[in-house]
Amino acid sequence: MSKISLIIEREYLSRVRKKSFIIMSILGPILFAAMMVVPAWLASMEDDEVKTIAVIDHTNLYAGQIEDTELLKFEFLNEGSEEDIRKDFKESGYYAYLVIQDNLLENPEAIRLYSDSQITMDAKGYVQRSLRDHLKNQKLQTYKVEGLESILSEINQINIEIPTVKIGEDGSEKQSSAELTMFVSMAFAFLSYMFIFIYGTQVMRGVMEEKTSRIVEVIVSSVKPFQLMMGKILGIAMVALTQILLWVVLTILIVTGVKAAFFPDSEMPSRNQAQIEMMQSQNPEAAEQMASMEEGFNFGKIMEMVKSLEPLKTLLLFIFYFFGGYLLYSALFAAVGGAIDHESDQQQFMLPVTIPIIISLYVAMMTFRNPGSDVAFWFSMVPFTSPIVMMARIPFDVPLWQLLLSMALLVGGFIATTWFAGKIYRVGILMYGKKVDYKELWKWFRYSGD
Amino acid sequence: MAFLEARGIVKKFATHLALNDVNISVPDNSIYGLLGPNGAGKTTLIRIINRITGPDQGSLLLNGQPLKSSDIMKIGYLPEERGLYKKMKVGEQAIYLARLKGLSRNDALKRLKFWFEKFEIQAWWDKKVEELSKGMAQKVQFIVTILHEPQLLIFDEPFSGFDPVNATLLKKEILELKKNGATIIFSTHNMGSVEELCDHITLINNGKAMIEGPTEKVRRDYRQNLVSIDFSGEKNQVESILKEQYELQTLNAVNNHFEAQVKMGEHQSLNQVLSSIMPHCDILACQELLPSMNDVFIQVVNQKDHPTQNQES
Repeated sequence: MSKISLIIEREYLSRVRKKSFIIMSILGPILFAAMMVVPAWLASMEDDEVKTIAVIDHTNLYAGQIEDTELLKFEFLNEGSEEDIRKDFKESGYYAYLVIQDNLLENPEAIRLYSDSQITMDAKGYVQRSLRDHLKNQKLQTYKVEGLESILSEINQINIEIPTVKIGEDGSEKQSSAELTMFVSMAFAFLSYMFIFIYGTQVMRGVMEEKTSRIVEVIVSSVKPFQLMMGKILGIAMVALTQILLWVVLTILIVTGVKAAFFPDSEMPSRNQAQIEMMQSQNPEAAEQMASMEEGFNFGKIMEMVKSLEPLKTLLLFIFYFFGGYLLYSALFAAVGGAIDHESDQQQFMLPVTIPIIISLYVAMMTFRNPGSDVAFWFSMVPFTSPIVMMARIPFDVPLWQLLLSMALLVGGFIATTWFAGKIYRVGILMYGKKVDYKELWKWFRYSGD
Repeated sequence: MAFLEARGIVKKFATHLALNDVNISVPDNSIYGLLGPNGAGKTTLIRIINRITGPDQGSLLLNGQPLKSSDIMKIGYLPEERGLYKKMKVGEQAIYLARLKGLSRNDALKRLKFWFEKFEIQAWWDKKVEELSKGMAQKVQFIVTILHEPQLLIFDEPFSGFDPVNATLLKKEILELKKNGATIIFSTHNMGSVEELCDHITLINNGKAMIEGPTEKVRRDYRQNLVSIDFSGEKNQVESILKEQYELQTLNAVNNHFEAQVKMGEHQSLNQVLSSIMPHCDILACQELLPSMNDVFIQVVNQKDHPTQNQES
């Protein structure tokens, strides 16, 4: 046992000390933090500037129909000023000017927005929406419905948000968030996928390094090949855990640090607000939905929703499935690394190992939409796909028996693949300069034991 | 008493028999040569002794006791295919490999200091292996092999890849290790080094031990009744006698004397040869010619090649 721990120690330290590991550990959180902070920061930068748009309305139908906002002011000018503005646009101080030539109900194209710079989507979208609302109302008014004024004001107040409520086994209600659940499900499935892939290939590289540098025979004269393989697998697993931990801690530190430094008083504008602004111009309805969702996102509510996902249970399950999947696949990756002599041979043996991983991610994508489907069920049972697919299902609540069965199968699965891979690995690492095919691997598998 | 004994070792791979009932007996404190052409099964046997692979049949005894996995600590193994972690620093790596053999970190450090000083390579301690030349790496590898002071040392083709300077150093160290009580198994097809170093040999061919015994005895067993005689005197007379009564192989003039190589018949002796030519010349020197290990090797491998191959197919 102490020898395995020596191997684990070497595998761990030699990787953690690498420059690439340190760079990744620092860059990762900076990227994550940037993804959260930069859009917010950009949004807050834009906040400062108030833009004024001149409106030259040749029809005089639309005066006062575009309301000022905090950031956009509208000045309705008389017809004659168009030439002046065009000539001295720089000096005029306007951000843009809007020219309406005709009744827009009859001639919707009789409108132009001019500026010397690219007009932002926000500004254009806002003008568009204001005028469209006005035109809709105008059109309705042509039907001479009685009490139209009050109808319109009522219509404009209609807004709907459906809170989703999860019923516990005892009939108690918990507020849940379909969006949050889906996000968590997607994030976990993708994390499992990424880590199994990245660290599984690291195991393979490590085995290949030992084989091509010919140190492996020196080492297996001191320890059993199986110990060497397991030591490597476990050592790299700890590297993975360290990386995850560093990312989480550093990301939190950076985000809170940045928040304290740049947004000391105010609530930090959330990333979603920046997104909403962006979406507004392209798809106003979706943006409204998001906005309403956003309104519901006060702290207490979020906590309640997070609680409905049982974070501790989810985290423990994530660690279990990540480890199970990693152990299962890294053993196979180790066998591949042991079997091949040159990097160029790795493709043909990598493929059968990576295909199930890729299929898992694909199935996980469908699982977000229909977590209870047969496909999702079966793929979350098979040990080769369950680490990813089950992680996608867990936020949607999985019956206990399914969870236990899947976990048991995964444990059985990695014991079986480790045993199988160990047999191939043991022979492969001492086999130099031999062209290997599947028939050869099968022979190795059947060699008598030690 | 035999330090290591292998009895009836059989190892089958899917399509061929790598070892077919091999018995070896390595005397205590000897240098034991494991000879044989490529693919004869030497490395397989060595891996079995190292418990890297297991035999299908047969048993191994170390000091009369069945070999256990803890005995691995008593063995130092320098494989034919050897290397080090390229990205790891020399000192760190040496400590790691020593600890895998069961040394504590402090012991490993102490002993490494001694050996690095002895080989004058202290300056490499913090270098990465990839910065070393091949010969330098070989030295490090040798130190790592013997650092835990094993009772049994196994060198598989130790001289391959060594330059003459390092090869001489290695030979010196191997003899030193023997003097300090170690038993050494030494697999090679470099026959020159066998005659020089090995007390005992086994020659393996096609998975079978063809001959075993003390090096001198093996050479005598394979002698071909060849004698060499240096003489001065009547060359023609001597030549005709040797040709008629014996089998004259070569006769050369060297400086102011002649050298003859004569093959004798089954029942003839060197005395007979000498007395028959003595009347015609002065004998300056004579000796029996033992075959070199190289000759024995080629003789055995060629001779016995065919029957074993038939057996296999």
